[in-house]
Amino acid sequence: MCLILKCAQSWFLRLSVVTAFTVLHSMASAQAPVRFADDMAERTRACTACHGEQGRAGPDGYYPRLAGKPAGYLHNQLRNFAEGRRHYDLMARLVDPLTDAYLGEMAQYFSSLQLPYPAPKANNAITPERLTKGQQLVTQGDPARGLPACTQCHGVRLTGVQPHVPGLLGLPLDYLNAQLGAWKTAQRRAHAPDCMAEIVQRMPAQDLIAVSSWLARQPLPADTRPAERPPAGPGLPEALRCGSAPELSAKRSSSHQATSGGRP
Amino acid sequence: MKGPLHKMHPVQRLSWVTLVSLLVLAMGVVWDNWGDLLGPPSDQTALSVQATEAHIEKGRYLALAGNCMACHTARGGAPLAGGRLIDTPFGGVYSSNLTPDPDTGLGRWTAQDFWQAMHRGRSKDSRLLAPAFPYNHTSVITRDDSDAIFAWLSSLPAVVQPQSPHTLAWPFGTQPALAVWRSLFFEPSPFQADKAQSAEWNRGAYLVQGLGHCAACHSPRNALGASGPVHDLSGGLMPVANWYAPDLTRDAESGMASTPLPQIVQLLRTGASNTAQTSGPMGEVVQHSLQHLNDADLQAMAVYLKSRAQSTPQTASAPPQTARISLQVATQGAKVYERQCLQCHGEQGEGAKTALGEVAYPALTGNRAVLLQDPTNLVQLVLYGGYGPATQGHPRPFGMPPAVLELDDRDIAAVLTHLRTRWGNQAGEVTPLQVNRIRAAQGS
Repeated sequence: MCLILKCAQSWFLRLSVVTAFTVLHSMASAQAPVRFADDMAERTRACTACHGEQGRAGPDGYYPRLAGKPAGYLHNQLRNFAEGRRHYDLMARLVDPLTDAYLGEMAQYFSSLQLPYPAPKANNAITPERLTKGQQLVTQGDPARGLPACTQCHGVRLTGVQPHVPGLLGLPLDYLNAQLGAWKTAQRRAHAPDCMAEIVQRMPAQDLIAVSSWLARQPLPADTRPAERPPAGPGLPEALRCGSAPELSAKRSSSHQATSGGRP
Repeated sequence: MKGPLHKMHPVQRLSWVTLVSLLVLAMGVVWDNWGDLLGPPSDQTALSVQATEAHIEKGRYLALAGNCMACHTARGGAPLAGGRLIDTPFGGVYSSNLTPDPDTGLGRWTAQDFWQAMHRGRSKDSRLLAPAFPYNHTSVITRDDSDAIFAWLSSLPAVVQPQSPHTLAWPFGTQPALAVWRSLFFEPSPFQADKAQSAEWNRGAYLVQGLGHCAACHSPRNALGASGPVHDLSGGLMPVANWYAPDLTRDAESGMASTPLPQIVQLLRTGASNTAQTSGPMGEVVQHSLQHLNDADLQAMAVYLKSRAQSTPQTASAPPQTARISLQVATQGAKVYERQCLQCHGEQGEGAKTALGEVAYPALTGNRAVLLQDPTNLVQLVLYGGYGPATQGHPRPFGMPPAVLELDDRDIAAVLTHLRTRWGNQAGEVTPLQVNRIRAAQGS
């Protein structure tokens, strides 16, 4: 009996100590709000200053969204800045001191963030016929000119394909135009062979604008995540090999013929 | 006895004397730069060293110590194939192709040719090289080390990359101009060991003065672009790049006298310690060169640097004038600090550390980099932000957001003045003009 009492007493004592400690601890936390966390959000402050909180895109259309893009694509872009295939001094200065492994970790981090997309708001003047032409090019391409549909690589839902192909929706018209223009003038390049450069070279400026104008008007589908693999169908022709996404040229076996392009 | 000179009109005589003197001077310059080619080869101790694997490996290591790749590799280009533009106040210099391609690289060179370049700053065809190649420093190294580097370079895959012509303003790139410049500022100078010092100290001195070419940045450059002697570490403003390389002999600037050796070694190896962080050009040196050196060499360099700082009298700097900072600047500075800096650097400029005690965001109070008389580095850091080097010993650094697009010159000057004069910090005011000069020089 005595023993039991003693035990209970000791437990009570311990419990009160723990409680007191917890209370004190939470009080201390409340007094000094945590302003520093040892995590990737903290380590990427230099990125989010321009690309928006959590990489949701900057306000002006020139600092694209990073959140939710395929990690391989983001990593390739960081390498492109480091190796001079894309040109923006501020980006080059940021990535130069970092290792490829750390850049990869940053890419993984932004890729893992799922944020809602803003509603499309492009309202540039363009005739309905040109918009239809844009839609046609995006969804069917132009076999006469050897142009594949955008959807063939960027996914049926145009939300991109893991691990290297970015989505084309939810991007401001200015940004889309700037990128296509940069490809046209070789200011933006990807790893050789550069399939996008080849495709853009085959398109006159007005077709590029038709495509960007249509894309910038489309709402995002319910599932905004990139597809797990490219849509069914033959791989890209030899002339359009992609150095930055070699898997696109591979023959796709029947087991990969997922109609939605996405794994459930 | 009267020679023809005496029959001349005084003006005519003067021009003759001037002409002859100039001729003699020119001959002196020619002798100074190429004279050794006439006599029997003095340094042809051609070591017929077999390019053994160990020799090649030694060369690879020494090339890292010399950070050769930093200049001799273009962005995204093949390693050491050259083609990188080095901006100087006199125009652009393109680095040369060091791979063994016979037509565009060093394929036809011998170890002797390479030694001529390293030791005398002269190319295979006896052409004088532009001193953007810091041959005052490479002239310090031993023949054996030069041969090892050459053996390693010769083992690299040959890359065809023709030399781009320099874009130096006339007459700076011409051979006569280079010859005169060299007569004024360059003399091949093998390493002089100090017998009174330890082997470790001398190894450190050899690395710092030779391949490390520390004085290329850490000494002041004169109007003709010449840096101080190879052992001058008294600090200097790097032209074009616009970074200030602190005085390594002054503890107030670099902390070399007061910082314990292990922390100096840690800073050199990882780019960051608890008392200092590298950024800008020094970050590049850590990233591409120092982090790859062995502990003994880093230790030796630290021993040498520390002894240099300890043997230099540390004159107290003149107490900064209690700057009369206008209320407007003070208010603006405090406001910008609160909005842009406080979250990471803290209310009292105390910085932030990780749970392991590593510095994530440096404290600003008592920070040598904050208190430097020359605010150039601070302006660079605020304008362009960025990361210190990610190294094996410090693989995931925290970064600083660039403010170049968000803050104007007045904002930046005010916030820098704020943190240089608060929390016990006593450094001078930063003016919008100082900020503007650096922003304009960087082109954005």
